[in-house]
Amino acid sequence: MKLNTNSNIYTIVYTTIVVVIVAGVLAFVSTALKPKQQENIALEKMQSLLRSARLGEDVSARDNKSEYIKDLYSKHMTNDFVLNWEGNVIEGEAFEIDLQAQYDIIKQIAAAKTPEAAQARRERLELPVFVCTIGDKVLNIFPCYGPGLWGPVWGYIAVEDDFETIYGAIFDHKGETPGLGAEIAHPPFYNQFVGKKLSRDGAFKSIAIVKGGGQASNPNGVDAISGGTITSQSLERAIAMWLNEYQAYFNIKRAAITAADNCNEECCGEETSNDESGECENEGQNHEVKEHHTK
Amino acid sequence: MDKKIYKNPFFKANPITVLVLGVCSALAVTVQLKGAIVMALSVTVVTGFSSMLVSLIRNSIPNRVRIIIQLVIVALFVILIDQFLKAYAYDVSKQLSVYIGLIITNCIIMGRIEAFALGNKPFPSLVDGLANGMGYGMVLVVIAFIRELFGSGTLFGLQIIPQSWYMANGGFYENNGLVILPPMALIIVGCIIWAQRAVQKELQEEQ
Repeated sequence: MKLNTNSNIYTIVYTTIVVVIVAGVLAFVSTALKPKQQENIALEKMQSLLRSARLGEDVSARDNKSEYIKDLYSKHMTNDFVLNWEGNVIEGEAFEIDLQAQYDIIKQIAAAKTPEAAQARRERLELPVFVCTIGDKVLNIFPCYGPGLWGPVWGYIAVEDDFETIYGAIFDHKGETPGLGAEIAHPPFYNQFVGKKLSRDGAFKSIAIVKGGGQASNPNGVDAISGGTITSQSLERAIAMWLNEYQAYFNIKRAAITAADNCNEECCGEETSNDESGECENEGQNHEVKEHHTK
Repeated sequence: MDKKIYKNPFFKANPITVLVLGVCSALAVTVQLKGAIVMALSVTVVTGFSSMLVSLIRNSIPNRVRIIIQLVIVALFVILIDQFLKAYAYDVSKQLSVYIGLIITNCIIMGRIEAFALGNKPFPSLVDGLANGMGYGMVLVVIAFIRELFGSGTLFGLQIIPQSWYMANGGFYENNGLVILPPMALIIVGCIIWAQRAVQKELQEEQ
């Protein structure tokens, strides 16, 4: 029997069968590959965090890449926690926090019509912080996330324990123009952030990404990418928006450093009771570390 | 099997320079060699296997919906490649990002299915698809070579032009920013077509 391949019924049945088969194959493959893909995504995030602290830069030369990253991560990433808008630690898994969802809240804060509405939104914020320890250095790593030109751009900024000096930074993007905006993901761009300061005259100042910003005399700026103006500006905005939300935490930490410095001057200069000097030795160590960094 | 099936796509009937198909992606993914090569391989696999599959079922496809059916099959292979790259070559998948998905819209694939696979047996269709993908890839690699070398001074991400040549380091050389932008890729395609027509006189139209 010869089928009439032009009849309506045949066409409908045929397309239905084809679509069902294709959907089945895709669903199967997607389910089968999902664990592997999610592992890749988690690994990528671990690598980004490590790279922001200038660790694991030789990773592409290693054979057992994933093992190497996991080892390095468990060795150096000593702590992570989630902050609320006041800079207090709240419950939550920092690694699992969806940066995009948090960015949406930050965006809504900026768009809020009244201060009350902004505050109500701000209280929903969950801000992850990752702590990285390299020898006696303690780094706090803060994320940032925002829209680029074609898709999202994001990154991690590792700040030294003076909560001012940037130790390292790394950025990535979903689909910026190769050779132009995409250069934010390459060392010549993100290495510019090393040693830059997040404050000017005692007040918070984010990093400006502008033409000619990378001069050594300017502690608050880096060079933008020629031909990648919109990506540069978007990244600058994203960094400022996120670090701004972390200011409560920065202030708490800076106040603690100042208090430690005062204690240091008051009591460590002369012999005092054992209890106090013991405490001060610890603080004194912090102080030494800080001096070391600023060199 | 006719030798022309696997010989023509490389030179005499090259998808980009002669058939002028798939030019859009040739402009988009040729900034760096690595991306161009992965793109070329992906397109080769997709054209080959979707041509073969369409050829297998060519006699049963209802004529009125054949384009949609072909599109579903092409999309199937593209999504499969995308998923596998995400699972096993995450770096490359990230670099190519949206362009893998856009293989679906590559005119070469639909062009070969319509022009060849619908009227030929599965094996020649497979060969035709693979050969066309490779012919396309060949041009992609040539363009990417020129663009990466003159636009970024690198090949496969390795610095080729000595750092000391650059003006920033007191030399005389500067990367050409125009080469990175798509219009320059179009000019390079034009030059390749020009060169090919100068060699192959039979491609020239009569005045």
